[in-house]
Amino acid sequence: MSMATIVGSITTSHIPAIGKALVRNLQEDPYWKPFFAPFAKVHEWLARVKPDVAVVVSNDHGLNFFLDKLPTFAVGAAPEYVNADEGWGIPSQLPFRGDPDLSWHLIESLVGEEFDLTTCQEMQVDHGFALPMALLWPGGKPWPVSTVPVAVNTVQHPLPSPARCYKLGQALGRAITSYERDLRVVVIGTGGLSHQLDGTRAGFINKEFDLMCLDKIVSDPQALTRYTIPQLVEQAGAQGVELLNWLVARGTLGERVERVHQSYHIPISNTAAGLQVLEKVA
Amino acid sequence: MSPAAAPHQIPGTIMFDGVQAQKGYALNKMCYSFNAAECRTAFLRDEDAYCAKFGLNEAQRSAVRHRNVTELLDAGGNIYYLAKFAGIFNLDVQDIGAQQTGMSKDDFKAKLVAAGA
Repeated sequence: MSMATIVGSITTSHIPAIGKALVRNLQEDPYWKPFFAPFAKVHEWLARVKPDVAVVVSNDHGLNFFLDKLPTFAVGAAPEYVNADEGWGIPSQLPFRGDPDLSWHLIESLVGEEFDLTTCQEMQVDHGFALPMALLWPGGKPWPVSTVPVAVNTVQHPLPSPARCYKLGQALGRAITSYERDLRVVVIGTGGLSHQLDGTRAGFINKEFDLMCLDKIVSDPQALTRYTIPQLVEQAGAQGVELLNWLVARGTLGERVERVHQSYHIPISNTAAGLQVLEKVA
Repeated sequence: MSPAAAPHQIPGTIMFDGVQAQKGYALNKMCYSFNAAECRTAFLRDEDAYCAKFGLNEAQRSAVRHRNVTELLDAGGNIYYLAKFAGIFNLDVQDIGAQQTGMSKDDFKAKLVAAGA
Protein backbone atom coordinates (compact mmCIF):
# COMPACT_ATOMS: atom_id res chain seq x y z
CA MET A 1 0.00 0.00 0.00
CA SER A 2 1.50 3.32 -0.95
CA MET A 3 1.07 6.18 1.44
CA ALA A 4 0.90 9.92 1.11
CA THR A 5 4.24 11.72 1.32
CA ILE A 6 5.14 15.27 2.27
CA VAL A 7 7.30 16.85 -0.43
CA GLY A 8 8.18 19.83 1.77
CA SER A 9 6.83 23.09 3.09
CA ILE A 10 6.47 26.57 1.69
CA THR A 11 5.95 29.47 4.04
CA THR A 12 5.15 32.92 2.77
CA SER A 13 3.64 36.23 3.80
CA HIS A 14 0.06 36.89 2.67
CA ILE A 15 -0.19 40.70 2.70
CA PRO A 16 -3.47 41.92 1.12
CA ALA A 17 -1.64 44.49 -1.03
CA ILE A 18 -0.17 41.54 -2.98
CA GLY A 19 -3.67 40.97 -4.35
CA LYS A 20 -3.78 44.44 -5.83
CA ALA A 21 -0.26 44.10 -7.21
CA LEU A 22 -1.19 40.82 -8.91
CA VAL A 23 -4.26 42.34 -10.53
CA ARG A 24 -2.23 45.30 -11.77
CA ASN A 25 0.66 43.09 -12.94
CA LEU A 26 3.22 44.97 -10.85
CA GLN A 27 5.67 42.04 -10.64
CA GLU A 28 8.40 44.06 -12.36
CA ASP A 29 7.67 47.32 -10.56
CA PRO A 30 10.70 48.45 -8.50
CA TYR A 31 8.73 48.36 -5.24
CA TRP A 32 7.37 44.88 -5.90
CA LYS A 33 10.17 43.13 -7.78
CA PRO A 34 12.19 42.16 -4.66
CA PHE A 35 9.06 40.47 -3.36
CA PHE A 36 7.92 38.68 -6.52
CA ALA A 37 11.23 37.70 -8.12
CA PRO A 38 12.19 35.01 -5.57
CA PHE A 39 8.99 33.10 -6.34
CA ALA A 40 10.55 31.97 -9.63
CA LYS A 41 12.78 29.64 -7.61
CA VAL A 42 9.77 28.26 -5.80
CA HIS A 43 7.94 27.70 -9.09
CA GLU A 44 10.92 25.66 -10.27
CA TRP A 45 10.84 23.64 -7.08
CA LEU A 46 7.10 23.00 -7.43
CA ALA A 47 7.62 21.87 -11.02
CA ARG A 48 10.14 19.36 -9.70
CA VAL A 49 8.28 17.99 -6.68
CA LYS A 50 4.84 18.06 -8.36
CA PRO A 51 2.46 18.10 -5.40
CA ASP A 52 -1.10 16.79 -5.79
CA VAL A 53 -2.43 18.42 -2.63
CA ALA A 54 -1.70 21.55 -0.63
CA VAL A 55 -2.48 21.59 3.08
CA VAL A 56 -2.68 25.33 3.77
CA VAL A 57 -2.20 26.60 7.32
CA SER A 58 -3.41 30.17 7.70
CA ASN A 59 -5.51 32.45 9.85
CA ASP A 60 -8.93 33.78 8.99
CA HIS A 61 -9.16 37.59 9.18
CA GLY A 62 -12.92 37.87 9.61
CA LEU A 63 -14.28 36.36 6.42
CA ASN A 64 -15.31 32.83 7.43
CA PHE A 65 -15.27 33.22 11.20
CA PHE A 66 -16.68 35.98 13.37
CA LEU A 67 -16.22 36.48 17.11
CA ASP A 68 -19.54 34.73 17.78
CA LYS A 69 -17.87 31.35 17.19
CA LEU A 70 -14.10 31.41 16.87
CA PRO A 71 -12.26 28.09 16.80
CA THR A 72 -8.68 27.86 17.98
CA PHE A 73 -7.95 25.26 15.29
CA ALA A 74 -10.27 24.42 12.39
CA VAL A 75 -9.88 22.06 9.46
CA GLY A 76 -11.82 22.33 6.22
CA ALA A 77 -13.70 19.27 4.99
CA ALA A 78 -15.49 20.76 2.02
CA PRO A 79 -15.51 19.75 -1.65
CA GLU A 80 -14.73 23.36 -2.58
CA TYR A 81 -13.48 26.51 -0.84
CA VAL A 82 -14.61 29.89 -2.10
CA ASN A 83 -12.58 33.09 -1.81
CA ALA A 84 -14.93 36.04 -1.31
CA ASP A 85 -15.03 39.81 -0.92
CA GLU A 86 -13.36 40.90 2.32
CA GLY A 87 -14.56 44.46 2.09
CA TRP A 88 -11.73 46.22 0.38
CA GLY A 89 -12.04 45.37 -3.23
CA ILE A 90 -9.40 42.76 -3.97
CA PRO A 91 -10.78 40.63 -6.79
CA SER A 92 -11.47 37.11 -5.64
CA GLN A 93 -9.46 34.11 -6.76
CA LEU A 94 -11.17 31.16 -8.44
CA PRO A 95 -12.62 28.54 -6.05
CA PHE A 96 -10.24 25.91 -4.70
CA ARG A 97 -10.94 22.19 -5.01
CA GLY A 98 -11.10 20.32 -1.71
CA ASP A 99 -10.38 16.68 -0.88
CA PRO A 100 -12.97 15.71 1.76
CA ASP A 101 -11.69 12.15 2.09
CA LEU A 102 -8.21 13.38 2.98
CA SER A 103 -9.71 16.09 5.23
CA TRP A 104 -11.65 13.52 7.24
CA HIS A 105 -8.59 11.31 7.54
CA LEU A 106 -6.61 14.27 8.91
CA ILE A 107 -9.46 15.14 11.29
CA GLU A 108 -9.75 11.54 12.55
CA SER A 109 -6.02 11.35 13.09
CA LEU A 110 -5.67 14.77 14.78
CA VAL A 111 -8.64 14.32 17.10
CA GLY A 112 -7.25 10.85 17.84
CA GLU A 113 -4.12 12.65 19.04
CA GLU A 114 -6.24 14.93 21.27
CA PHE A 115 -6.31 18.01 19.01
CA ASP A 116 -9.99 18.80 19.46
CA LEU A 117 -10.71 20.59 16.22
CA THR A 118 -13.59 22.38 14.64
CA THR A 119 -14.55 20.77 11.33
CA CYS A 120 -15.94 22.85 8.48
CA GLN A 121 -18.00 21.34 5.67
CA GLU A 122 -18.50 24.85 4.40
CA MET A 123 -15.64 27.30 4.61
CA GLN A 124 -14.74 30.50 2.85
CA VAL A 125 -11.05 31.24 2.49
CA ASP A 126 -9.65 34.76 2.65
CA HIS A 127 -6.43 36.41 1.44
CA GLY A 128 -4.42 34.44 3.98
CA PHE A 129 -5.15 31.31 1.94
CA ALA A 130 -5.85 32.62 -1.53
CA LEU A 131 -2.91 34.98 -2.09
CA PRO A 132 -0.21 32.38 -1.33
CA MET A 133 -1.98 30.05 -3.77
CA ALA A 134 -1.98 32.78 -6.43
CA LEU A 135 1.70 33.50 -5.77
CA LEU A 136 2.69 29.84 -6.00
CA TRP A 137 0.56 28.96 -9.02
CA PRO A 138 0.23 32.18 -11.02
CA GLY A 139 -2.34 32.03 -13.76
CA GLY A 140 -3.19 28.56 -12.48
CA LYS A 141 -6.53 27.91 -14.04
CA PRO A 142 -7.72 25.56 -12.78
CA TRP A 143 -5.58 25.17 -9.66
CA PRO A 144 -3.23 22.19 -10.18
CA VAL A 145 -3.63 20.96 -6.60
CA SER A 146 -6.54 20.14 -4.35
CA THR A 147 -6.49 21.73 -0.93
CA VAL A 148 -7.16 21.27 2.77
CA PRO A 149 -7.34 24.50 4.79
CA VAL A 150 -6.18 24.52 8.40
CA ALA A 151 -7.14 27.69 10.29
CA VAL A 152 -5.34 28.90 13.41
CA ASN A 153 -6.85 31.63 15.59
CA THR A 154 -4.54 34.65 15.58
CA VAL A 155 -7.37 37.17 16.01
CA GLN A 156 -8.67 36.91 19.56
CA HIS A 157 -6.50 36.16 22.59
CA PRO A 158 -5.89 33.71 24.13
CA LEU A 159 -4.13 32.32 21.04
CA PRO A 160 -2.67 28.83 20.94
CA SER A 161 0.95 28.87 22.10
CA PRO A 162 3.89 28.43 19.73
CA ALA A 163 4.56 25.08 21.45
CA ARG A 164 1.01 23.89 20.83
CA CYS A 165 1.14 24.98 17.18
CA TYR A 166 4.39 23.12 16.63
CA LYS A 167 2.85 19.99 18.19
CA LEU A 168 -0.20 20.40 15.95
CA GLY A 169 2.20 20.43 13.02
CA GLN A 170 3.92 17.28 14.22
CA ALA A 171 0.55 15.54 14.53
CA LEU A 172 -0.52 16.88 11.14
CA GLY A 173 2.64 15.41 9.63
CA ARG A 174 1.81 12.00 11.11
CA ALA A 175 -1.76 12.36 9.89
CA ILE A 176 -0.71 13.13 6.31
CA THR A 177 1.86 10.34 6.09
CA SER A 178 -0.59 7.76 7.48
CA TYR A 179 -3.04 8.40 4.64
CA GLU A 180 -3.26 5.35 2.42
CA ARG A 181 -3.24 6.97 -0.97
CA ASP A 182 -0.36 7.72 -3.28
CA LEU A 183 -0.45 11.49 -2.90
CA ARG A 184 2.27 14.10 -2.88
CA VAL A 185 1.48 16.77 -0.31
CA VAL A 186 3.00 20.22 0.10
CA VAL A 187 2.33 21.99 3.39
CA ILE A 188 1.94 25.76 3.08
CA GLY A 189 2.15 28.07 6.09
CA THR A 190 1.14 31.68 5.53
CA GLY A 191 1.45 35.10 7.15
CA GLY A 192 4.14 37.04 8.98
CA LEU A 193 6.80 37.97 9.38
CA SER A 194 7.04 40.89 11.81
CA HIS A 195 4.34 43.53 11.47
CA GLN A 196 1.83 45.49 13.48
CA LEU A 197 -1.20 47.22 12.05
CA ASP A 198 -2.89 48.56 15.15
CA GLY A 199 -2.04 50.85 18.03
CA THR A 200 0.49 53.61 18.31
CA ARG A 201 3.18 50.98 17.65
CA ALA A 202 1.72 50.47 14.13
CA GLY A 203 4.51 50.04 11.60
CA PHE A 204 6.67 48.05 14.00
CA ILE A 205 9.06 45.70 12.17
CA ASN A 206 11.83 43.64 13.81
CA LYS A 207 14.41 42.51 11.28
CA GLU A 208 16.75 40.99 13.85
CA PHE A 209 14.00 38.84 15.33
CA ASP A 210 12.73 37.74 11.90
CA LEU A 211 16.18 36.70 10.72
CA MET A 212 16.67 34.75 13.95
CA CYS A 213 13.31 33.01 13.36
CA LEU A 214 14.19 32.15 9.76
CA ASP A 215 17.33 30.42 11.01
CA LYS A 216 15.88 28.75 14.09
CA ILE A 217 12.88 27.41 12.23
CA VAL A 218 15.32 25.41 10.12
CA SER A 219 17.88 24.34 12.71
CA ASP A 220 16.12 24.48 16.07
CA PRO A 221 12.36 25.07 15.88
CA GLN A 222 12.03 23.99 19.52
CA ALA A 223 13.76 27.25 20.46
CA LEU A 224 10.84 29.19 18.97
CA THR A 225 8.30 27.09 20.84
CA ARG A 226 9.62 28.50 24.13
CA TYR A 227 8.20 31.95 23.42
CA THR A 228 4.93 32.91 25.04
CA ILE A 229 2.32 34.74 22.99
CA PRO A 230 2.97 38.10 24.75
CA GLN A 231 6.68 37.69 24.05
CA LEU A 232 5.91 36.92 20.42
CA VAL A 233 3.63 39.98 20.14
CA GLU A 234 6.35 42.11 21.67
CA GLN A 235 9.09 40.81 19.36
CA ALA A 236 7.17 40.25 16.11
CA GLY A 237 4.34 42.77 16.43
CA ALA A 238 0.65 42.21 17.08
CA GLN A 239 0.11 40.53 13.69
CA GLY A 240 3.59 39.00 13.56
CA VAL A 241 2.07 36.22 15.68
CA GLU A 242 1.15 34.68 12.34
CA LEU A 243 4.51 32.99 12.83
CA LEU A 244 2.29 30.37 14.49
CA ASN A 245 1.24 29.20 11.01
CA TRP A 246 4.90 28.78 10.06
CA LEU A 247 5.45 26.68 13.18
CA VAL A 248 2.56 24.37 12.27
CA ALA A 249 4.02 23.91 8.79
CA ARG A 250 7.51 23.32 10.19
CA GLY A 251 6.18 20.72 12.62
CA THR A 252 4.95 18.51 9.77
CA LEU A 253 8.48 17.96 8.45
CA GLY A 254 10.16 16.17 11.36
CA GLU A 255 13.37 17.07 13.07
CA ARG A 256 15.84 17.52 10.23
CA VAL A 257 15.18 19.70 7.23
CA GLU A 258 17.10 21.24 4.40
CA ARG A 259 16.52 24.86 3.33
CA VAL A 260 15.80 24.87 -0.39
CA HIS A 261 15.02 28.55 -0.68
CA GLN A 262 14.74 31.64 1.47
CA SER A 263 14.11 35.29 0.87
CA TYR A 264 13.27 38.21 3.12
CA HIS A 265 12.30 41.74 2.16
CA ILE A 266 11.27 44.89 4.03
CA PRO A 267 8.77 46.40 3.49
CA ILE A 268 5.73 45.21 1.61
CA SER A 269 2.94 47.41 2.84
CA ASN A 270 3.46 47.40 6.64
CA THR A 271 5.12 43.99 6.73
CA ALA A 272 8.46 42.24 6.60
CA ALA A 273 7.87 39.66 3.87
CA GLY A 274 9.39 36.21 4.31
CA LEU A 275 9.50 33.22 1.98
CA GLN A 276 11.03 29.85 2.77
CA VAL A 277 10.99 26.39 1.20
CA LEU A 278 12.05 23.41 3.30
CA GLU A 279 12.41 19.72 2.51
CA LYS A 280 12.57 16.83 4.93
CA VAL A 281 15.89 15.13 5.43
CA ALA A 282 15.51 11.40 5.99
CA MET B 1 17.19 37.14 21.99
CA SER B 2 16.29 34.64 24.64
CA PRO B 3 12.65 34.38 25.61
CA ALA B 4 13.08 35.79 29.10
CA ALA B 5 10.17 37.20 31.05
CA ALA B 6 8.49 39.80 28.89
CA PRO B 7 6.15 42.43 30.21
CA HIS B 8 2.52 41.74 29.41
CA GLN B 9 1.92 45.44 28.82
CA ILE B 10 3.44 46.16 25.44
CA PRO B 11 3.63 49.88 24.68
CA GLY B 12 1.35 51.05 21.89
CA THR B 13 -0.27 47.64 21.66
CA ILE B 14 -3.75 46.49 22.66
CA MET B 15 -4.10 42.75 23.17
CA PHE B 16 -7.47 41.87 21.68
CA ASP B 17 -8.58 39.53 24.47
CA GLY B 18 -11.86 38.58 26.10
CA VAL B 19 -12.25 42.01 27.68
CA GLN B 20 -11.82 43.81 24.36
CA ALA B 21 -13.89 41.21 22.50
CA GLN B 22 -16.87 41.80 24.80
CA LYS B 23 -16.46 45.55 24.76
CA GLY B 24 -16.24 45.75 20.98
CA TYR B 25 -18.72 43.07 20.00
CA ALA B 26 -21.37 45.31 18.44
CA LEU B 27 -18.81 47.43 16.61
CA ASN B 28 -16.93 44.41 15.27
CA LYS B 29 -20.18 42.76 14.25
CA MET B 30 -21.10 45.81 12.21
CA CYS B 31 -17.66 45.86 10.60
CA TYR B 32 -17.89 42.14 9.85
CA SER B 33 -21.06 42.87 7.87
CA PHE B 34 -18.97 45.06 5.55
CA ASN B 35 -17.67 41.95 3.82
CA ALA B 36 -20.89 42.30 1.82
CA ALA B 37 -21.05 45.11 -0.73
CA GLU B 38 -24.75 45.72 -0.04
CA CYS B 39 -23.95 46.34 3.64
CA ARG B 40 -21.25 48.85 2.75
CA THR B 41 -23.80 50.62 0.57
CA ALA B 42 -26.42 50.54 3.33
CA PHE B 43 -23.94 52.12 5.76
CA LEU B 44 -23.12 54.89 3.32
CA ARG B 45 -26.80 55.48 2.58
CA ASP B 46 -27.80 55.97 6.25
CA GLU B 47 -24.94 55.77 8.70
CA ASP B 48 -27.04 56.54 11.79
CA ALA B 49 -29.60 53.88 11.01
CA TYR B 50 -26.93 51.32 10.20
CA CYS B 51 -25.04 51.92 13.47
CA ALA B 52 -28.31 51.83 15.43
CA LYS B 53 -29.20 48.50 13.87
CA PHE B 54 -26.06 46.97 15.40
CA GLY B 55 -26.54 48.70 18.76
CA LEU B 56 -23.28 50.64 18.88
CA ASN B 57 -22.72 52.47 22.16
CA GLU B 58 -21.96 56.18 22.27
CA ALA B 59 -18.17 55.79 22.27
CA GLN B 60 -18.35 53.44 19.28
CA ARG B 61 -20.77 55.69 17.41
CA SER B 62 -18.54 58.67 18.03
CA ALA B 63 -15.39 56.81 16.91
CA VAL B 64 -17.16 55.73 13.72
CA ARG B 65 -18.29 59.30 13.10
CA HIS B 66 -14.70 60.51 13.50
CA ARG B 67 -13.29 57.71 11.28
CA ASN B 68 -10.64 57.50 13.99
CA VAL B 69 -8.86 54.17 14.36
CA THR B 70 -7.36 54.89 17.79
CA GLU B 71 -10.81 55.71 19.14
CA LEU B 72 -12.26 52.65 17.41
CA LEU B 73 -9.62 50.42 19.03
CA ASP B 74 -10.31 51.98 22.43
CA ALA B 75 -13.99 51.22 21.90
CA GLY B 76 -13.14 47.52 21.47
CA GLY B 77 -12.62 47.37 17.73
CA ASN B 78 -10.41 44.64 16.30
CA ILE B 79 -8.07 45.73 13.55
CA TYR B 80 -9.10 42.97 11.12
CA TYR B 81 -12.73 44.09 11.30
CA LEU B 82 -11.83 47.77 11.36
CA ALA B 83 -9.89 47.24 8.13
CA LYS B 84 -13.20 46.45 6.43
CA PHE B 85 -14.64 49.71 7.77
CA ALA B 86 -11.58 51.59 6.53
CA GLY B 87 -11.98 49.91 3.15
CA ILE B 88 -15.31 51.70 2.64
CA PHE B 89 -13.31 54.94 2.49
CA ASN B 90 -10.48 53.40 0.43
CA LEU B 91 -8.10 53.69 3.36
CA ASP B 92 -5.35 51.06 3.40
CA VAL B 93 -3.24 49.87 6.33
CA GLN B 94 -0.67 52.60 5.69
CA ASP B 95 -3.31 55.32 5.91
CA ILE B 96 -4.42 53.72 9.16
CA GLY B 97 -0.83 53.41 10.38
CA ALA B 98 -0.16 57.07 9.63
CA GLN B 99 -3.34 58.10 11.42
CA GLN B 100 -2.54 56.12 14.57
CA THR B 101 1.05 57.31 14.79
CA GLY B 102 0.28 60.92 13.93
CA MET B 103 2.60 60.81 10.93
CA SER B 104 2.04 61.73 7.32
CA LYS B 105 1.60 58.69 5.07
CA ASP B 106 4.91 59.46 3.37
CA ASP B 107 6.72 59.62 6.70
CA PHE B 108 5.06 56.39 7.81
CA LYS B 109 6.18 54.66 4.59
CA ALA B 110 9.70 56.02 5.04
CA LYS B 111 9.78 54.60 8.54
CA LEU B 112 8.87 51.15 7.13
CA VAL B 113 11.61 51.36 4.52
CA ALA B 114 14.08 52.38 7.23
CA ALA B 115 13.20 49.23 9.21
CA GLY B 116 14.81 47.21 6.41
CA ALA B 117 18.12 49.03 6.51
